[in-house]
Amino acid sequence: MTQLTLGPLLFNWPAERWSDFYARIADEAPLDRVCLGEVVCSKRLPFYADRIPEAIERLQRGGKTVVLSSLALVTLAREQRLCADLAAGEDFDVEINDLTMLAHLAADRDFAVGPLVNVYNEGTLAFLASRGARHVCLPPELPLASVATLAAAGKTRGIATEVWAFGRLPLAISGRCYHARVHGLAKDSCQFVCGEDPDGLPVETLDGEDFLAINGVQTLSFAYAGLLGDIEVLEAAGVAALRLSPQDCDMVAVARLFRETLDGRLAPEAAQEALAGDLPEIVFANGFIAGRPGAEAAGHGWSAA
Amino acid sequence: MEGRREGARLELVCPAGTPAALRAAVEAGADCVYCGFRDETNARNFPGLNFSPEELAESIDYAHERGARVLVAINTFPRAGAEEIWHRAVDTAAQLRADAVILADMGLLAYTAERHPDLRRHLSVQAAAANAQAIEFYVEAFGVRRVVLPRVLTVQEIAAINAAVSCETEVFVFGGLCVMAEGRCALSSYATGKSPNMHGVCSPASHVRYQEEDGELVSRLGNFTIDRVPAGEPAPYPTLCKGCFSAGGKRGHVFEDPVSLDAATLLPQLAEAGVTALKIEGRQRSRSYTQAVVASFRRAVDAQAEGRAIPAGELRRLSEGQTTTAGAYRKTWR
Amino acid sequence: MSEVQGIPLFPEPLRFLLRPLPLFPLRLALNRVVARFAAERPAIFRRLGSHAEKVYLIDAVDLPFIFRLRPSAERPSIDLCRRAVSGARLGPWDARIAGPLAALLGMIHGSFDGDALFFSRDIVVEGDTEAVLALRNALDDAEIDLLSEAARLLGPAGGVVERVGRGVLSEAGRLTGVSLVRAES
Repeated sequence: MTQLTLGPLLFNWPAERWSDFYARIADEAPLDRVCLGEVVCSKRLPFYADRIPEAIERLQRGGKTVVLSSLALVTLAREQRLCADLAAGEDFDVEINDLTMLAHLAADRDFAVGPLVNVYNEGTLAFLASRGARHVCLPPELPLASVATLAAAGKTRGIATEVWAFGRLPLAISGRCYHARVHGLAKDSCQFVCGEDPDGLPVETLDGEDFLAINGVQTLSFAYAGLLGDIEVLEAAGVAALRLSPQDCDMVAVARLFRETLDGRLAPEAAQEALAGDLPEIVFANGFIAGRPGAEAAGHGWSAA
Repeated sequence: MEGRREGARLELVCPAGTPAALRAAVEAGADCVYCGFRDETNARNFPGLNFSPEELAESIDYAHERGARVLVAINTFPRAGAEEIWHRAVDTAAQLRADAVILADMGLLAYTAERHPDLRRHLSVQAAAANAQAIEFYVEAFGVRRVVLPRVLTVQEIAAINAAVSCETEVFVFGGLCVMAEGRCALSSYATGKSPNMHGVCSPASHVRYQEEDGELVSRLGNFTIDRVPAGEPAPYPTLCKGCFSAGGKRGHVFEDPVSLDAATLLPQLAEAGVTALKIEGRQRSRSYTQAVVASFRRAVDAQAEGRAIPAGELRRLSEGQTTTAGAYRKTWR
Repeated sequence: MSEVQGIPLFPEPLRFLLRPLPLFPLRLALNRVVARFAAERPAIFRRLGSHAEKVYLIDAVDLPFIFRLRPSAERPSIDLCRRAVSGARLGPWDARIAGPLAALLGMIHGSFDGDALFFSRDIVVEGDTEAVLALRNALDDAEIDLLSEAARLLGPAGGVVERVGRGVLSEAGRLTGVSLVRAES
C-alpha cells in the first residue's frame, strides 16, 4: 500500500497559522507520515519552535508517524547545534536534509533521507542503508528510469523509496537570501520579508513567463509538481510513498485526492480535474519524472504549462 | 592534523579543458591542474572539451615531468543503473597515476576508497560540504584528504572550519561564481532537462539561443528568456542564475549579477584562515584564459608568500560581465 | 565595445583592395588547407563529434566576404561568399560566428579568449550555440598556426617563406594588434 507523506512546510507562515495548519492535518488529512521542522532558514524556527511539541502530539493522536526534518544548509554554529540536538533526541524519526546529520546520528540509529540529499544511484543508496537509512525521498530531478532502479535497489536493502508528487519543486539552496535581496535588505537584517509570501514569491522572465518562486535562501519552481497522473507508473516502478509538499492551499483536500486515487476510488483523470478545479491559478508540471525539463507537463492528461 | 604547514606557500590548482590548456597552465606556473574525461562523469561535460584516456595519459606524463600534479574530476552523480561508467573513470585515473580524484557522490567515494585505497581522494565542491562536521563525516567515512569548500562561506567561516577539520581545504579564488550551493541545484534541469549533477552541464549550450531583437541581445534557455541586454552593454553568460528576471514588481538580477569571482586581494586572509590550496575555475575557457589567469595568480601567490603587495584587478577583461566580486568571502554578499 | 579589448579593424583601404579579388583561387587554396587539416588532425574531429558535419558561417565583419565552413572528417569544405550576396545564396547554415578578423584570428591563435570576446560583444554568436562551442574548443586545443599551415601549401619553399613571414607578421602583429601568428607564451 503506497504511503502518503506530508513534507515539511517550506514557507514562513505566522505561528498561529502554523499551528492551525498542523491541527487540521492531524485531524482530517489521510496521511501516513508528517515531516515537521525548519528546513530552509534557521532564523524562522524561533517563531514556532514552542508549538512543535503540541503539533507532534496532535499528529500522533491523528494516527500519523511524525518525522523531524533537519536544516538543508548548515553553516552557522547555531545551525550546527540544531543538528546535534535533533540527532540527540531519540523519541522521533529524523529526516536528514544535509550530511551534517550523519556526523551526529548514533551508528545504530535508523533515519530517513530527505529530497535535498543527493541520492542518485545504488552505490549511494547502499552506503546510506549501511548507515541506517530506512526511507529515502529521492531528489525531484530524477527520471522514472532512475526512480525504478533505486526503488528496486532500496527494496533489497530495506529502504522505502518516496517521490516528490505535489507542490513547488525545491530546485536550489543558497547562502544568500533572495527575499532580502529583492527587498534591498541584507540577510542579517531581513525583517523576515519572506513572511509576506506564504506560497513563495513568483519570479517571471522578462517576457512575462512564469518561471520560479523564491523562498528566502531557497529557490523553488513556479509550477507545482503534480504527479496524480503518474501514480500508476510510479507504483509499477516500486515506489513506496508519495510526498505532498505544503502549499498555500487546502492540503487536506489535496491529500484526499491522492489517497482516493491511490486506493482506486478515483480515476487519475478525475482527480486531476478536481485538483485543477480547486486550484485554478496553479500550473502543474511533471517533466522531471518523464525525463524532460522539469517545467514541462508531459502526457497523462496535464495540459502544457 | 594534516592541515597546511605553517608558512607554506599556497598551492595553485588550475583548470584544463584540453591538453593544450593543461600545457599552458603548467607553463604558466600551476602547482596542480585539474581536468576530466570527455563524458558525463565530470561537471564540465561541454562540447569539444575534456580528455580521452590517451590524452590524459600523455598529459599526466607532461605534468609530472615538470613537477606539476594532475587531479581528475569525476564529480557528477553516477546514474542509477549505469554506475560502471563512473567506476571505470576512477579505475582509469588510478591506472594512469593521477595524483588525486575529485569526487562528489557518496557511492563513488565508497567504491574508490574500497578499490583504490591509495588513490588520493578530494571532495568536490559539488558535494557541498559546508561545515566542519559534514567535512569530518567525509574524512571518517571515505578517507577524504582534501575538501573543496562551497562558495557560500565567509573567510571567518573558512577559518573556523580549518581549525576543526583533519583534512586540507581548497577554495575558489577566481572564475564563474555559483550562487547556489553547488551540487544542490536543479535550476538548469528545470529549464532544460540537463543538470550539473546528472549530466555535468549547467545551462547547456545545446539549449541556449541568442537572438537580436529590437536592438537587444536576447538569451533564451529552453523555453525561458534569461536576459535581454541593450546594445553596448556586456553580453551575459546564458547561465540561469545570472539572468535578469522580475520578482515582486522589481526587474533585475534576482539571484546574482553577471559578475565573476576574483579573490586575489584576499590571499593573505585565506592563508591566515588555514587554506591549503587555491582553485581557479574555468575548464570551459580557452588556453589563452588559462595562461593569463594562472600567470597572474602565480605572481599573486608568490607575492603573498614573500609578503609583497598583491597586484589586483588585472583580470577583469576575462570575467563575466567584465566585473568581479569577492563573492561570499565577504559577508555582505549574502 | 571594441575599445575594451582594443581590437583593431581591418584597415579600410586594404578592405577596398580585397573587394575585387577573384574568389576562385582563394577558395581552392582554402579547401586544400582544410582538406589537409582533416587528414592530419583527427583529434579535432574527435572533439567536434557530430558537430563536424554542421555548417558554420565565419563572418569576419571587416572583410568583404564570409566563410562557409563544414569541418567534416570525410568531406571537409570551405566556401567563400561575397558579403553583398543575399542570405539565400549562402544556403542553409547551423551557426554563425561574427566579429572583426583580428578577434577571430586572435581566438584561433590563442591570444584571445572566446568567452571574453563574447562578453565584450566583440564577437556575436547565432544559431547552434553548442556547435560554436565545440568548434571553439576543438580549435583551441589544436594550437593552430595559420602561417605555418599556409606555408606548407607552398611545399619545400614554404620553410623559407614561413621563417621570413613569421618575423614580418609577428612585428606586424605587434604594430597592428592583430594576432597574425600563434601566440607563444
